[in-house]
Amino acid sequence: MSSAAALTWFARHELRLAWREWLAMMTAGRRKRKRAIIGLIGFAAIMHLPAYAVVGRFADLQAPLDKSSLIIITATILLAWALMLSQAIESVTRVFYARADLDLIMSSPATLANVFSVRIAAIALSVIAMALLLSTPFVDVLVIGGGIRWFAAYGVVVAIGLSAAAVAIAVTIVLFRLIGPSRTRLVAQILAAIIGAGFVIALQIAAILSYGTLSRFAVLTSDAAASFAPDLESIVWWPARAALGDSEALLLLLAGGLVLLGAVMAIFSPRFADTAVRVSANAAPSHQGSRSTAFRKGSRQQALRRKEFVLLLRDPWLVSQTLMQLLYLVPPALMLWRSFADSTLAIVLITPVIVMAAGQLAGGLAWLTISGEDAADLVATAPLPASRVIRAKIEVVLIAIGVIFAPLVLALAFASPLQAAVTAVGVIIAAASATAIQLWFRVQARRSQFRRRQTSSRLATFAEAFCSIGWAATAALALVIPIAAFVSGLMTAGILAATWKISPRRG
Amino acid sequence: MKPAPSALQVRGLTKRFDRLAVDALDLTVRTGEFYALVGPNGAGKTTTLRMVAGISRPDAGSVAVFGIDALRDPVAAKQMMAWVSDEPMIYDKLTPLEYLEFVAGLWGIDPAVSEPAAHNLLTSLGLEPHLRERCEGFSKGMRQKVALAGALVHDPRLIILDEPLTGLDAVSARHVKGLLQDRVRAGCTVIMTTHILEVAERMADRIGVIASGRLVAEGTLTELRQQNGHNDTSLEDLFIALVDTKAAAA
Repeated sequence: MSSAAALTWFARHELRLAWREWLAMMTAGRRKRKRAIIGLIGFAAIMHLPAYAVVGRFADLQAPLDKSSLIIITATILLAWALMLSQAIESVTRVFYARADLDLIMSSPATLANVFSVRIAAIALSVIAMALLLSTPFVDVLVIGGGIRWFAAYGVVVAIGLSAAAVAIAVTIVLFRLIGPSRTRLVAQILAAIIGAGFVIALQIAAILSYGTLSRFAVLTSDAAASFAPDLESIVWWPARAALGDSEALLLLLAGGLVLLGAVMAIFSPRFADTAVRVSANAAPSHQGSRSTAFRKGSRQQALRRKEFVLLLRDPWLVSQTLMQLLYLVPPALMLWRSFADSTLAIVLITPVIVMAAGQLAGGLAWLTISGEDAADLVATAPLPASRVIRAKIEVVLIAIGVIFAPLVLALAFASPLQAAVTAVGVIIAAASATAIQLWFRVQARRSQFRRRQTSSRLATFAEAFCSIGWAATAALALVIPIAAFVSGLMTAGILAATWKISPRRG
Repeated sequence: MKPAPSALQVRGLTKRFDRLAVDALDLTVRTGEFYALVGPNGAGKTTTLRMVAGISRPDAGSVAVFGIDALRDPVAAKQMMAWVSDEPMIYDKLTPLEYLEFVAGLWGIDPAVSEPAAHNLLTSLGLEPHLRERCEGFSKGMRQKVALAGALVHDPRLIILDEPLTGLDAVSARHVKGLLQDRVRAGCTVIMTTHILEVAERMADRIGVIASGRLVAEGTLTELRQQNGHNDTSLEDLFIALVDTKAAAA
């Protein structure tokens, strides 16, 4: 086989793997894929409604734009780029740590630099494909409302996808070089979480500090932003102009993305192999456990709870997720701080944010403790009833949520005791609901499969999200329109009851 | 005087998945015996032992561990048992000592007893230099040893092992075999499945051959030879003859 043919063959192999991985993720490995794919298409169709609400009003925008519009479009593209970068960093890390074929590839007579160039291209392609899929409803709405010139937005998605993949590969390999393979995994996960959320949070913080509002648009549409922004001819606006149908800007963006990815391939492909070797050589990181050596006394449930707490504390996913939840809480905390001075009603906004964060975090924790049991056989053969095992695990989730959210509720109590009480009740109910849903839909899995937990049951994922949103809304409404809170609470309880009714573990 | 109950008494044990995995199996293992269960892939060995260990529930039949009905009172039966699977299920983020502390805690063992026992076990299995390293970087053999130490730390009366020597090097395998034989000498009962017939031949007091979910032969090596009319044949030849006969009958 010629070198070019071998590369084409390998590219096909990579695409097939990426496709199957994606399909497995979307269908949770079920055989009834047709139904899952129809469900996905249905979901994509429904997504056009929120997409219309978000971007529908921009469909009529025509070039040339004023600075405020350019800033908003550019910031939106930058946000999309940040999210792609976050996803690409995760993909690159996964290639190093999770792909089982590195030994096979590296022991083959193929030229490694070429093979890894193809792999880099495959990463870029999968990032772009996912981005195209997610952006489709938004671009469709723009095309329907504003004409075919908006199709250029797909080109912008491709261009920023190329650059996001290139930057992610460079960042990850530099991290490997700087801090070593064993730390890179954790740092990359945290970095991905921060990059994904950081941009929005930074805008919100700026808005709070400058204008006392959580709306990030307040900053983007301000005179200050316009005065700091570059001239209308600046290359900073190329992505926005390209999205509006400027073909010259689009071609330049695509060319820039391709050149960047090509440069990354040329520079990093030979080092990709090196890095992979270092990862496998460091497959045995000698992390030290607790220094305490004495075995502790306690009941069997205490032993279980202690084990769960140790595992949670040593879980890199949890570290990054908790960090992200805390990051999301920074803007409302800032609002709280400002509200001490001017006692504005905006402080009410803090309650739903805290309740929602508690529900989401509890769902993840509950999956890790209840479903993500790495030694299921050991626990199943232990001399204690299954109900006591489950109880101990639920206690761990609720204690962890209590430890994380109690200081926030306590701080809130200084500003408004009533709001603190409502928030505390909201946190407890949201956490209990998310835990219950994870309990009803539990499946035995390894903790490392956490990434796929949301695909193992789409129903559980949606129910968990809707319940968190529902309880957050109920808590907020309880503070301003109590009767509406009653209705919202009943609706959320209804969702929870319906979820129980259709869950496999009912009864 | 009432005779001591068998370590394990299984009657009419049945389990069906897509096909019949265990077919009304009867099995008795005496107290203090080293019992090897051998059979071809998919014969029902692991399924049988998982039901005995209380990991999965049988469709029919009974399981008694030292006279205790394991289906009616699983907690009491589990208190006396330990299970080690061929795929060691341990926690990557715990050290071997932390893992053993957890297992001892689950079985409600006093730390004054379990802590020295854990140190002794890990040392005897050659894991002393790794006591405080997290298991995430361990080889399969090391993980298997940690799982085995976990099974022994609560001093069970019945140890059930599913292919415990898989992935172990020769030295480690010898360590494990020695450890199991010591336990049997101390009065413990061991039931082990294995594909390594030489191990069954050398270590087991009695051997059970299982095929298509049924026990097709059982006894000491001499008894198995006599049953099949080959007085000087190896277990491997006997096994193949028995399994072939069963396959032909099916």
